[in-house]
Amino acid sequence: MRRGGRTRRAPFRTAPSDLKTLVTAVFAFYLFAGIVLLSGAATILSKNPVHSVLWLILAFFNAAGLFILLGAEFLAMLLVIVYVGAVAVLFLFVVMMLDIDFAALRAGFVKALPVGLLLAVVLVSELLLVAGGSVRVVAGEAAAPLDGFVGMTNTQALGSVLYTKYLFVFQASGIVLLTAMVGAIVLTHRQRAGTKRQDVGAQVARTPASSISNVKPVSGEGVSL
Amino acid sequence: MHPTFASIQIAAPELVLTIGSLLTLMLGVFRGDRSLVPLTWVCVLIFGIAGVAAATGDQAAAFGGLYVADGFSAYLKVMILAAAAVSAVLALPYLQHAATGRFEYPVLLMLATLGMCMMVSANDMLTLYIGLELLSLASYTLAAFHRNEARSSEAGLKYFILGALASGILLYGISLVYGFGGSTNFETLSATLRGPAGQSTGVVFGLVFILAGLMFKISAVPFHMWTPDVYEGAPTPVAAFFSAAPKAAAMGLLVRVCVEAFGGMTFDWRQIVSVVAIASMLLGAVGAIGQTNIKRLLAYSSIANVGFALIGLAAGTVEGISGVLFYMAVYLVMTLGAFVCVLQMRDADGKPVETLSSLNGLSRSRKGLAAALAVLMFSLAGIPPLLGFWPKFAVFTAAIDTQLYLLAVIGVVASVIGAYYYLRVVKAMYFDEPAPAFAASDSRVNAGLIGIAALFCSPLGMLAITPLVGAARVAARALF
Repeated sequence: MRRGGRTRRAPFRTAPSDLKTLVTAVFAFYLFAGIVLLSGAATILSKNPVHSVLWLILAFFNAAGLFILLGAEFLAMLLVIVYVGAVAVLFLFVVMMLDIDFAALRAGFVKALPVGLLLAVVLVSELLLVAGGSVRVVAGEAAAPLDGFVGMTNTQALGSVLYTKYLFVFQASGIVLLTAMVGAIVLTHRQRAGTKRQDVGAQVARTPASSISNVKPVSGEGVSL
Repeated sequence: MHPTFASIQIAAPELVLTIGSLLTLMLGVFRGDRSLVPLTWVCVLIFGIAGVAAATGDQAAAFGGLYVADGFSAYLKVMILAAAAVSAVLALPYLQHAATGRFEYPVLLMLATLGMCMMVSANDMLTLYIGLELLSLASYTLAAFHRNEARSSEAGLKYFILGALASGILLYGISLVYGFGGSTNFETLSATLRGPAGQSTGVVFGLVFILAGLMFKISAVPFHMWTPDVYEGAPTPVAAFFSAAPKAAAMGLLVRVCVEAFGGMTFDWRQIVSVVAIASMLLGAVGAIGQTNIKRLLAYSSIANVGFALIGLAAGTVEGISGVLFYMAVYLVMTLGAFVCVLQMRDADGKPVETLSSLNGLSRSRKGLAAALAVLMFSLAGIPPLLGFWPKFAVFTAAIDTQLYLLAVIGVVASVIGAYYYLRVVKAMYFDEPAPAFAASDSRVNAGLIGIAALFCSPLGMLAITPLVGAARVAARALF
């Protein structure tokens, strides 16, 4: 871990000599990381899909805590606002509203297990291979902020490049979202027969002559309008 | 001039497409589905303007190295825009017939094309990913465009799930390369990877994942599983679109990533590309034999053709890359021509039919159509005097020049096997007992498109070889 030059970093980087801060940071890291792992496992293990989503939200909150420890306060807030605030809540609604038979979904689990396990083993061994090679070297160098962003908060740094350096891809991402929106409307929006819509023009154009009629009721027979 | 304005000028084709798609979207929203025909022609006009902008615009890097306009991107953009314009026009009779004439069709086509133009101009992993995702999102919607038909919805869903997985794999690869190579910019990466960083296992893993993600888009074996199902289920004009422009764009992207970003790791990616090319050629040739549906047959044909084009990339020389570009240009014409012929296959009630047996005896009821389809099939098979032979010849020569003899030999063997099923179509049309005749042609434009495609592939098309090869060589040289 390199020091110096970075004043706005996580506590255990700015004052490593302060044992109490270091212990707090390490304690916080293991707390957050432990809860992320546990709630991640609970997400895929719990029988009730609603509980799964709630566990997922807990995992998101703790991952946000990990980001704060790294000094990435913007990402932490983004995680809470976007993932917890929007995505997970949307998941929750969808899971509650869809009548999915989860027992039927799990039916193929045992059959697919060998393939899944094989794939997992391959991927894990690949990761270990990669990690065994050169991760340590990279980790020592990766922590320094880029030139030109020293002394800035994350939010400032992101804001300073989003509309300048990354203007092209930023605007293009907007088009990607627009495409997704157009696609969703194309695939789901339909004009149902028999729906009653408000026609403002017709309402405004109503005149007394067209909407009031005089009838002479005959006693005992009522009126039909 | 402010650098941003200069950059915007260089990216003029994308700007034209963005403004054009927003404009057509607004027009469509206010005028409703009855505006499908005028909007389609507006869309073709905008493709034309963008094509002119791409062909004549300044060639330089823009937006701080995120985007680059060079000879390579100009060649591919003109090709993509032309193919997309044809895809927009050929769909009109079908869409009007099937009562799904929604105005969003040209809009989505333009957004997909915008994504493709970004892809071939990508000079950074970030632009690559955003462009690819833009194309993919529009494609998923187009595949499911016939939303009331189960097959179409299934095609859309299948494409979406597998495409999302491929995007995930691609992103994982990009993150590995960024982590070990230190940059997402192609030029910086190229410089870094020529050094010791190129030896690290992490970069090689990243390369493998990136190639896997891109191979999915060009439907090369072993990432081809979705192709026959999606082509069969998607509306025929959409299948025609999928088989043409996106293939060219993804192939261009693959070439640029391999030659530019991973230029120092040719040995590593050549192995992968060679194996994938061999697998695609063989599986495309063998898999098509048992098919009874013409759209599935064309899907396998596209898998095989991608394999042939990859031979040129495996060679990795200027000759090889220009072979790839030449191949894709000829392939686009052949596949679009074949799909317009498929669009003509409608029974007496006007309902589309897709079985091979319905082509039986076509030469007696529709002489012109049968002759055109026969020329296209012979050309796809690579029979010498027809145009389809020459790009195959170009990529095989490039492979032999780089001592990739095995690739060239297997390529020739695969084309011989593949010739069987192309000839089977011709045999059905000319020698089998007639099946019920098709409905008469409903569109002069489409009949004209078939005529142009057939003429282009006929020996007359050899006039086009010199200018096409010349342009492809200029384009390929931009990468070296």
